[in-house]
Amino acid sequence: MIPATFDYVRPSSLSDAVAALREADEEGKVIAGGQSLMPLLRLRLAYPEVLVDVSGLPELRGIRDEGDSLLIGAMTTHYEVIRDPLVQAHAPLLAAATATVADPAVRHRGTLGGSLAHADPAGDLPAVVLAMDGVVVTSAREIPVRDFFTDYLTSALEPDEILLGVRLPKAYTGWGHHYEKFHRTAQAWAIVGVACLVRRVNGEIAEARIGLTNMGPTPVRAHAVETAVADGPASRQAFQAAAHDAPDGTSPPSDLHGSAEYRRHLAQVLTARALAAAAGA
Amino acid sequence: MPRVSVEVDGVRYDDDVEPRLLLAHYLRDRLGKVGTPIGCDTSNCGACTVLMDGLSVKSCSVLAVQADGHEITTIEGLGDGRNLHPMQRAFHEEHALQCGYCTPGMIMASLDLLRENADPSDEEIRAGLEGNLCRCTGYQNIVRAVRRAANDMRQSDQAEEAHR
Repeated sequence: MIPATFDYVRPSSLSDAVAALREADEEGKVIAGGQSLMPLLRLRLAYPEVLVDVSGLPELRGIRDEGDSLLIGAMTTHYEVIRDPLVQAHAPLLAAATATVADPAVRHRGTLGGSLAHADPAGDLPAVVLAMDGVVVTSAREIPVRDFFTDYLTSALEPDEILLGVRLPKAYTGWGHHYEKFHRTAQAWAIVGVACLVRRVNGEIAEARIGLTNMGPTPVRAHAVETAVADGPASRQAFQAAAHDAPDGTSPPSDLHGSAEYRRHLAQVLTARALAAAAGA
Repeated sequence: MPRVSVEVDGVRYDDDVEPRLLLAHYLRDRLGKVGTPIGCDTSNCGACTVLMDGLSVKSCSVLAVQADGHEITTIEGLGDGRNLHPMQRAFHEEHALQCGYCTPGMIMASLDLLRENADPSDEEIRAGLEGNLCRCTGYQNIVRAVRRAANDMRQSDQAEEAHR
């Protein structure tokens, strides 16, 4: 299908881009790689009056080492994230999860910032940056990831606010990691996904961080499991017992891919698998 | 209307385009490059895959205005009409198509795969083509064709290397 008509601007400065969004008065939409937005436009599920193309803004580019954290520019494509040496060294969980997003052609165009701003609870990357206690950097402020996703396809971004990047702490460098994604066909969305980080000390799990994909209107942390595995053995048995709590505090959807009950069951099974893979158990 | 300057299959085009014009429609309807088909409305099928600055993209999911300043290669940019590209030849000889609708996208996605991996395993070929759907072949012959093309292209690279 052909999208409804809209105006298009490609500003070369951040201030011009913010001004264009302000002028659009809540009828503007930012386009980066467009891999989430284009299907919505074509199916006419979205009909903005103005598209503000942020591909020309230098502030959204590149991956910077900030000492104790990485700042990944919003326009960094999935393709670039997967291959970046800084990401591989300090956020391999992000690289691993990104490699499962859609297919190669989509990963060439789709961006990390776009995936976060789109705030799809079935997207793989929100749960990863949530597990890593990331911070979203915008044209106006910094927002901890735990406050960024507010509802289904809704983030804390204001209509005239542009996502510049996400800051990921290096605190998880060297932790075991795994992204466990359950989907029925290649390139399909996760029915449930589990992003997992573990720090192993002397054969035990010292700490864990777990983010869940598609277990509610926003990505959620499995805090109960994190607590249950901490200071316990790195054994499959212990992981299975702890993963029992994975659905605590979640409100998974029921849709044609599975019921809420099925997703709660999946969350338990996949969390145990993710912990085992991350811990090498 | 925004003006775009795009290089398609080695030729530069300057055109005024409506912002909502999809790259796929620009290629087909404005430039007459109907070698790139459109298969679905959900970005799933990959039939419209072209290369943008050397990387595969689904041209139904890129606006023509977003292609401004970039280089596009379509299936029509591969051969010269008489001589097939080794990937096209391999698809032909291995019977990697029945109806042929997915073939341009399959070939462009396969070339993208070989750009980074000149000798892919069957599994890597299947992963590389996961964004392209074929409803006829069951993929067996497509995988075989990509493997054959990879061999042919490596051999011709080696021959060229030896010639130098």
